[in-house]
Amino acid sequence: MKPPAFKYLAPTTVDEAVAYLAEYGYDAKPLAGGQSLIPTMNFRLAQPAVLVDLNRVQELSYIRPAEDGGVLIGAMTRHVQVERSDLVAQRLPLLHETVPFIAHPQIRNRGTYGGSISHADPAAELPAITVAHRGRVQLRSTRGSRWVPAEEFFLGLFTTALEPDEMVVEIALPALPPRTGWAFDEFSRRHGDFALVGVAAAVTLSAQGRVDEVRLVFMGVGDRPMTSAAAPAVLVGQEPSDEALEEAAQRAAQEDIDPFGDVHASAAFRRHLASVLAKRVLTRAVERAQAR
Amino acid sequence: MAGRYFGQPIRRNEDPALLTGQALFTDDVHLPGMVHVAFLRSDYAHARIRSIDVSRALERPGVIGVYTAEDLGDYWQPGPLLVPPPPVEDIIFHQRTQVPLAKGKVRHVGEPVVMVVAESRYIAEDALEDIFVDYEPLPPVVDIEKALEPDAPLVHEDLGTNLAARVVQRKGDYEAAKAKADVVISRRFYYDHGLAAAMENRGIVAHWDPKMQYMTIWDTTQAPVVIRNGLARMLGLSESQVRVIAPFIGGAFGPKIMMFYPEEVLIPWLSLKLKRPVKWIEDRRENFFATTHERYQVHYAEIALTRDGRILGVKDRFYHDTGAYDPYGLTVPINSQCTLLGPYDIPAYHSEMNVVFTNKTIVTPYRGAGRQHGVFVMERLLDIAAKELGIDRTEIRRRNFIPPDKFPYNNEVIYQDFVPLVYDSGNYEPALELAKKLIDYDRFLKEEQPRLRAEGKHVGLGIVAYVEGTGIGPYEGARVQVETTGKVNVATGVGTQGQSHFTSFAQIVAEQLDVDVRNIRVVTGDTAEFHWGTGTFASRGAVVAGNAIHAAAKKVREKVLQKASEEFGVPPEELELRNGYVYTQDGRSISLADLAVKANPLRGAVKPGTEPGLEATMYFGPERGATASGVHAMIVEVDPELMDVKIRKYVVVHDCGKVINPLVVEGQIHGGVAQGVGNSFYEEIVYNEDGQLLTASFMDYLLPTAMEVPPIEVGHVETPSPWNELGTKGAGEAGAIPTAAAFVQAVEDALADYDLEILEAPLSPNRLFELLKEAKQKKEG
Repeated sequence: MKPPAFKYLAPTTVDEAVAYLAEYGYDAKPLAGGQSLIPTMNFRLAQPAVLVDLNRVQELSYIRPAEDGGVLIGAMTRHVQVERSDLVAQRLPLLHETVPFIAHPQIRNRGTYGGSISHADPAAELPAITVAHRGRVQLRSTRGSRWVPAEEFFLGLFTTALEPDEMVVEIALPALPPRTGWAFDEFSRRHGDFALVGVAAAVTLSAQGRVDEVRLVFMGVGDRPMTSAAAPAVLVGQEPSDEALEEAAQRAAQEDIDPFGDVHASAAFRRHLASVLAKRVLTRAVERAQAR
Repeated sequence: MAGRYFGQPIRRNEDPALLTGQALFTDDVHLPGMVHVAFLRSDYAHARIRSIDVSRALERPGVIGVYTAEDLGDYWQPGPLLVPPPPVEDIIFHQRTQVPLAKGKVRHVGEPVVMVVAESRYIAEDALEDIFVDYEPLPPVVDIEKALEPDAPLVHEDLGTNLAARVVQRKGDYEAAKAKADVVISRRFYYDHGLAAAMENRGIVAHWDPKMQYMTIWDTTQAPVVIRNGLARMLGLSESQVRVIAPFIGGAFGPKIMMFYPEEVLIPWLSLKLKRPVKWIEDRRENFFATTHERYQVHYAEIALTRDGRILGVKDRFYHDTGAYDPYGLTVPINSQCTLLGPYDIPAYHSEMNVVFTNKTIVTPYRGAGRQHGVFVMERLLDIAAKELGIDRTEIRRRNFIPPDKFPYNNEVIYQDFVPLVYDSGNYEPALELAKKLIDYDRFLKEEQPRLRAEGKHVGLGIVAYVEGTGIGPYEGARVQVETTGKVNVATGVGTQGQSHFTSFAQIVAEQLDVDVRNIRVVTGDTAEFHWGTGTFASRGAVVAGNAIHAAAKKVREKVLQKASEEFGVPPEELELRNGYVYTQDGRSISLADLAVKANPLRGAVKPGTEPGLEATMYFGPERGATASGVHAMIVEVDPELMDVKIRKYVVVHDCGKVINPLVVEGQIHGGVAQGVGNSFYEEIVYNEDGQLLTASFMDYLLPTAMEVPPIEVGHVETPSPWNELGTKGAGEAGAIPTAAAFVQAVEDALADYDLEILEAPLSPNRLFELLKEAKQKKEG
């Protein structure tokens, strides 16, 4: 479990980092927290010729208020910083609720927001949360910078809209609308494992208490975060009754996900878990929306 | 005889070094000029090797050598049969032991094929990618029952069968017993075990010093003396030229008693050949393939009972997966066969064991060593019988316990130590009663469970009994010496892998010599210090090595008193040993240090026959093992939507005879239960139909963590073994043995409204999902 030899570069600025990425292209791999990349290298599943270590790029580590009421997060911000941020707790309660589910404290001390979404593991929390928040991702290269909506950033299994010379520099997460309740839940074999299934929900109610908007995003049951189309179709305009939430959960788990089977759970079990968890998070989100 | 030292919860002597990172582990050995080895291992479960091309690897800078089976010449030999088959009539046993490097054919994923030695492990691993092996894949043998069908592919073609062994053991007349029965229950049981996953993987450093003509080997083995003797023979050296050190080892749990691993044979050979120190440290991925497993058994078991729940007889036919080779003989399945009888008075038993070769990693003992399989079958049969007969599950057990006056109790079946399994002593009912009290059995069933059920919660209780044959022979030895420094040296041949030997062995000596435990230095696992012994296995350290140390310490005590008696002119019985001094009744005293100086005179003359020093070496070989026993109970809560199970309470009542140090025993139990919890719900080795191991990392092979292991309450019952002077019984494996049986019973109880019958372990959320679905379909007809 030793990686093959590689060239190691340690830039201190974003400009320097993207210059290296431009120079080495497909041969280069940016190293963020290393919580996925390093094990894959030790298993020799990834064999990058050049490692561009971003850990000395200070300018990428921050959590800032955005003018729209949301939050801007630098790509090299560690999970633990997000977990302990008052700003995040205040403005992004869904993200705040989710971060403790990410692996273990040791991993949260090293892992970064940008690293997690660039890796794009479909069973990871942050891709799903970024989608649920309708976040945007800023990419940089020597060619300039561009913003990509989260829905368009995640393209498939470990695949994103990133070009080989690009890196994520910032994530913009808008706040949830007023009268919105949220919830996140997941089921994993052991505390801190990759979840078999996870679900994030945000439900916005009208002044009359009917459902205005529903966001229901699944993780671990497809090749990327899976946004439910069925849940809004069932719920929008309706009273959020227990039966309606049950139907939304059931239909979402039937129609909107594409689970796979592995040694831990068959596809059928994942689908079952998806419906159970969807119901639980929708219920909690509605309760919270009603309490606001 | 809980004394000043023996039986006391004394803090561990070894902890300061371990906790401050000062203890030597094999990978801490760094020697000048040391080179590093990596192995190319088979990617196939079963394949013919057409050719191997190593030429590109040899060209890589930093590579020193590349070796295939052909390059080993006469040194290439199948390993020894470590445990011969037991003397049972009409036994079938086919010996096929592992080889250093695969020749002609590979028989399991991970079997070593090529050895690369290089200036660093990095380069050695790079070179593995340069090697090309041309394999012709063969159909693999994976399922143990299908393996015995006539057209099954063969793991060892020359055998003409995949049957490695068949052993039938009988006690009484089962068919006659069955004819008298009111109830006969038969079921098929499936029990999969896991792998030890010790914190430290295996590793070997071999250093041949050509000028000293001396070989030093650091090896993560449980049996250093046996390794030394075997290697000396294989390498053509004298035993006195080979020193094997088993330093601190980060857990072993059985797989490190297996020998000789291919790497164990090859690394010293390479050092002798290269005249350089050679290191191989197993990495975690290798450990999953290359360190032995325990694997599954299928039992077709039947129990015959009277209406009031008395067992008349048990019949069992079972299949045991031994993997690709069987170097450890039949220890694991024999343990299953014998331990199935448990603490129960069973007049008739008929058991047919079938051991099967498959294209999987070799199976050798891992904590519990097959005993859990037997306990699982017996306890499940009793649970089903209790339900069917309408008898409380603890009551049916109580009625069948061997009564205290029936000991020694002869089970009339041959155990792993080749003699009939006779229980030395036991008193099972008090343990059951204490466990019921600690888990609050009656109140839970009458009040707590109905109340929680009314709240919609699914809670259940599991309670099971077991025995563990421990402390078997053949023998261990020890040397105890009072130094002229006043410190006491203890040396024994067993290895140590976390059992607290440095403390509990010291307590045994302290009890005789009355010296501070911290002044007693225990050395284990270094053949230069003590070169007789067999090893650490079968929960035998405290019994076998413990009694040898006790005997040696007693002998030294006699010498001390004798010497002092000569000094003071007072008979020995009038002397007292206290805090490192010998006192006379009239207040004179001499320290042990001064006595040791006097016992080793530098001038003058001694009486004929005098041995120098205050030293003795003694051996202990029990005729038979000592049988420990106990009861485990737990309360679980099941979420029948998520299929998750949480253990809310866990109780162990344990009887390991005389306890040397209760802290140590409780630690052993806690660790065992943790592994048992893993084996109940988290750990599972999964092979697919191609014989590929699908769970080869800690992402997929799930060890329970602090979050999954519940707090454990331990109650002690002490029934001393009459067959050794200390009265001890082994405690090493018990914690892990009955856990799955208790867990499954508790889950079944929690899901009583689903009418579930669980006949397998381990469970998982996914498996519970399937079982509940099946139960629902059955209910709906």
